[in-house]
Amino acid sequence: MNHPITLTVNGVLREATVPARRLLSDCLRHDLGLTGTHVGCEHGVCGACTVLLDGEPVRSCLMFAVTADGHEITTVEGLAAADGTLSPVQRGFAECHGLQCGFCTPGFLCTVTAFLRENAAPTDEEVVEAISGNLCRCTGYQNIIKAVHRAAEIQAETQGGEAGR
Amino acid sequence: MKPSPFEYHAPADLDEALDVLARVGPDGGKVLAGGQSLIPLLNMRLAAPAHLVDVNRVAGLDTVEAGPGGVRVGALARHAAVERSLPAAAVQPLLGQALRLVAHPVIRNRGTVVGSLVHADPSAELPAVLALLGGSVRLAHRGGERDVAAAEFFTGPMESDTAPGELAVSAFFPALPPRSGTAFHEVARRHGDYAMAGVAAAVTLDEDLRVTAARVACVSVGPVPMVVDVTAACGGSPVAAGGTGPDWDAAAAAVRDRIEPEDDIHATADYRRHLTGVLAVRALRGAADGAAADGVAAARAAGEGER
Repeated sequence: MNHPITLTVNGVLREATVPARRLLSDCLRHDLGLTGTHVGCEHGVCGACTVLLDGEPVRSCLMFAVTADGHEITTVEGLAAADGTLSPVQRGFAECHGLQCGFCTPGFLCTVTAFLRENAAPTDEEVVEAISGNLCRCTGYQNIIKAVHRAAEIQAETQGGEAGR
Repeated sequence: MKPSPFEYHAPADLDEALDVLARVGPDGGKVLAGGQSLIPLLNMRLAAPAHLVDVNRVAGLDTVEAGPGGVRVGALARHAAVERSLPAAAVQPLLGQALRLVAHPVIRNRGTVVGSLVHADPSAELPAVLALLGGSVRLAHRGGERDVAAAEFFTGPMESDTAPGELAVSAFFPALPPRSGTAFHEVARRHGDYAMAGVAAAVTLDEDLRVTAARVACVSVGPVPMVVDVTAACGGSPVAAGGTGPDWDAAAAAVRDRIEPEDDIHATADYRRHLTGVLAVRALRGAADGAAADGVAAARAAGEGER
């Protein structure tokens, strides 16, 4: 049996008709064509599929699309400004070489975006705790940690404008 | 890595949820709350229930109520909400001490405290907390509800005393008496993984800082959270900076004798036993220090009251 659902994805009202067992990650990718959300392990370990649900980071592979009906989702496609200007977190990752193959990056960007909203000037320890649920097989994490600090700086510099996006 | 098909139910209120559960529970209907343990099982097809009752739309279940007697956590209160609750932390600090060790922050945004209790993983932190504190789980069914004490609630690995058709609507974590302290320590291969061993401790002292009650609950070393009362083993020496203090080593030995660890790919039974002893000392000492500080704070408050 299929269920009609309505999601607000990156500010746009989207409708889909999905079977109950459709994972939110698959709904975003297959039904809505938003392939920026990556699917790694599909059991909540790798963090690649992390999206923002009503502003809070969650694993989209550990949630059914039908449960998300009526909620607001932000995916990696929704982080940059409408004109394509990168968000502070995206700029931080680009400037600090916080990615290599890029597979894990959408999950990191969503996780870090929400984290810096709550903690605008984190310590190293707080950064490591915040990203502990996201796996990266390329970078060794050091540049990701730098990228988070750089993103916090950029966010502070642009405070009042695009800060906290 | 995709769940097998199931019939989906999304009740809007508690009555509807209990009606649906009464109907589909006996057919193997499962309750979906946070889903952070259930959905991995479904994705890996280790579970394939015919019906899933999604309670996320049921109003009034996302409560965290802290009173002088303890903290009552509703079925839809996420780990993160309980972890951030200052009133809950003031009444029962062990909740926050344990929740920091539960998976990762992102998982805690979605996972629920009550869901973790019903899942009853012997490696999980929250069942140990409920067992240590002697808390209870409230189970509702169509036409009634019952409270089950932690000691009876956890019946085996991944098994709780929840009957088909019942919904765990809340759990109660009692407060401890004055001059009490708590601590939770664990060792995992990677931060956020299930622990190879872990110990929650609660210690209560008298006015002379002697131990009047000391208990631990151990994870990953038995079919259910293993609660051990070590009050007698602690001896009569008061907690004192630089002094000999209570006999934590004897307490740890009592714990090692009681637990039932098993070998698996992550650790041998002997290693888990050893770790549990080390962690018991660490947790008991931390809890006792907390209790001593709690006593000083209480005495100061009483002194100010007299003035």
